Amino acid sequence: MSRVVVPIGPQHPALKEPASFTLYLEGERVAATNVALGYNHRGIEKACEERPYIQDIYLIERVCGICSHSHSTAFIQAVEEIAALEVPRRGAYIRSIIGELERIHSHLLWLGVAGHELGFDTLFMYSWRDREVVMDLLAMITGNRVNYGINTIGGVRRDISKEQSEQILKAVDILEERTKFYIKLATEETTLIGRLAGVGSLSREMAVKFGATGPTARAAGVKRDVRKDDPYAAYSEVSFNVITDDHADVLGRTIVRVMELMESVKIIRQLIKQLPDGPISVRAPRKIPAGEAISRYEAPRGEDLHYVRANGSEKPERVKVRAPTLANLTAITHMIDGGYLADVPIVIAAIDPCFSCTDRMISLREGDRGTETLMDWEGLRNYSLEWYKKNRGIDMNKIHALR
Amino acid sequence: MEKAESLIKDLCKAFAFIEGHTKIQRSRRIYAEIPLENSSSLKEVLIYLRNKKNFTFLCTITGLDSGENFEMIYHLADDAGVLINLKSFTPRSRPVIESVTPVFTGAVFYERELKDLFGIEVKGLPEGRRYPLPDNWPEGQYPLRKDWKKPDENPAPKA
Repeated sequence: MSRVVVPIGPQHPALKEPASFTLYLEGERVAATNVALGYNHRGIEKACEERPYIQDIYLIERVCGICSHSHSTAFIQAVEEIAALEVPRRGAYIRSIIGELERIHSHLLWLGVAGHELGFDTLFMYSWRDREVVMDLLAMITGNRVNYGINTIGGVRRDISKEQSEQILKAVDILEERTKFYIKLATEETTLIGRLAGVGSLSREMAVKFGATGPTARAAGVKRDVRKDDPYAAYSEVSFNVITDDHADVLGRTIVRVMELMESVKIIRQLIKQLPDGPISVRAPRKIPAGEAISRYEAPRGEDLHYVRANGSEKPERVKVRAPTLANLTAITHMIDGGYLADVPIVIAAIDPCFSCTDRMISLREGDRGTETLMDWEGLRNYSLEWYKKNRGIDMNKIHALR
Repeated sequence: MEKAESLIKDLCKAFAFIEGHTKIQRSRRIYAEIPLENSSSLKEVLIYLRNKKNFTFLCTITGLDSGENFEMIYHLADDAGVLINLKSFTPRSRPVIESVTPVFTGAVFYERELKDLFGIEVKGLPEGRRYPLPDNWPEGQYPLRKDWKKPDENPAPKA
């Protein structure tokens, strides 16, 4: 049979981020895959060498729009090791709390995307609605929905008040209830299981061979979790399970993620309960002494690794970032090959490659007048309703009234 | 710590040239260097660590420009959270290394990075699209080299 070549990307409606997959098809089956990446390369590593450490934190935080806290924590942990700074326990706890909230937001986001890729859009709407609960918590604690800006060298920049702790616990109760529903869904819903079982197989042996990480590896029975193996922040002081599964397919990856939501809930409760008193940060020097350090962090998608070499000045000599998606990409071609074309979107989505979400507030600058107005969500919504009425003759309010 | 010390002892016993080039920075962080003249033994050391010491996960490869030489750090992890960072060198005048993909399949993208960003030739690297720089990136421009200047600051000589 002659092969049909299907190019997907770099810009394609089914992809959330630019990447290029060239699929060679024999009938409906994928015989070979070629991946091309780099469309998002922004030269951040080079840019870090040209900026002082304190600016690098904010730059590194923007490596990813979803696991931003993961990257900034991984980076500053390396800097702190070189500078021999001990983060106060309260600071370490707050880092872990934000880290777990981030994991919940990321996993719920993934669940929605996965649902959408399967044509199960109800799941997408449910999980993204529930995700707002955790987004609101993050906004309350840090002031931002994404790119929290809470980390600084030597600790964190904002404390968690008693009232905030109570609100976190309340919200976590809601999330736990919802998670129970998602676990039921992933383990009992026959349509979902039928769609996901056996799709995108990656055996334990192959996961190890390709160096897969995070839920992708754990779903193949590889018990690897940096939080447990190489504890950082406050993880050595809480008890939790490393979730693994032996399905070794997209179903396994789904089960691992929803079960991990439960573990995150457990961790957050313990951290809030044990939250020690005291300072949240120590003073860090502007110039970091010469040295090198490697820091590992279990991001929602897998292990994040940062290497920092300092030369005694206020700028680093070298910063190396390895995000989990890069580690999982070699395995992707293996998972796609031999499967059906129709499975490709969910298989790619199942390693959870990253994409960004937007802010709620827009700042409008009026050209020559130089005035600036801030528009909140309601204002932005009214503006768009008016715009459609005036320019397109569609009255969205009527549609709204039908609801 | 004891485990790390015995690991270093075994490693030095198997590869004498590593002796004196090791350090334990903190728990679970081991550094070892392969001197420039022994860099051809890199693959053997990696195979030894993978097969005999259970370092089955190559986290990544970090490239560095340290002036006269380029440094490559192979970060290897085992299932107990120990990270061994194996440094190897290649001369700047003729930067050629051998691919480690026969030992660690997942190293493909990490080696492509070394090639694109440092201009290190990687022998035996499987064919494929370049990564991470764009296809129309000018030849001979290696952005992570310390002497690299942004193209606009470095205009082409007039004919």
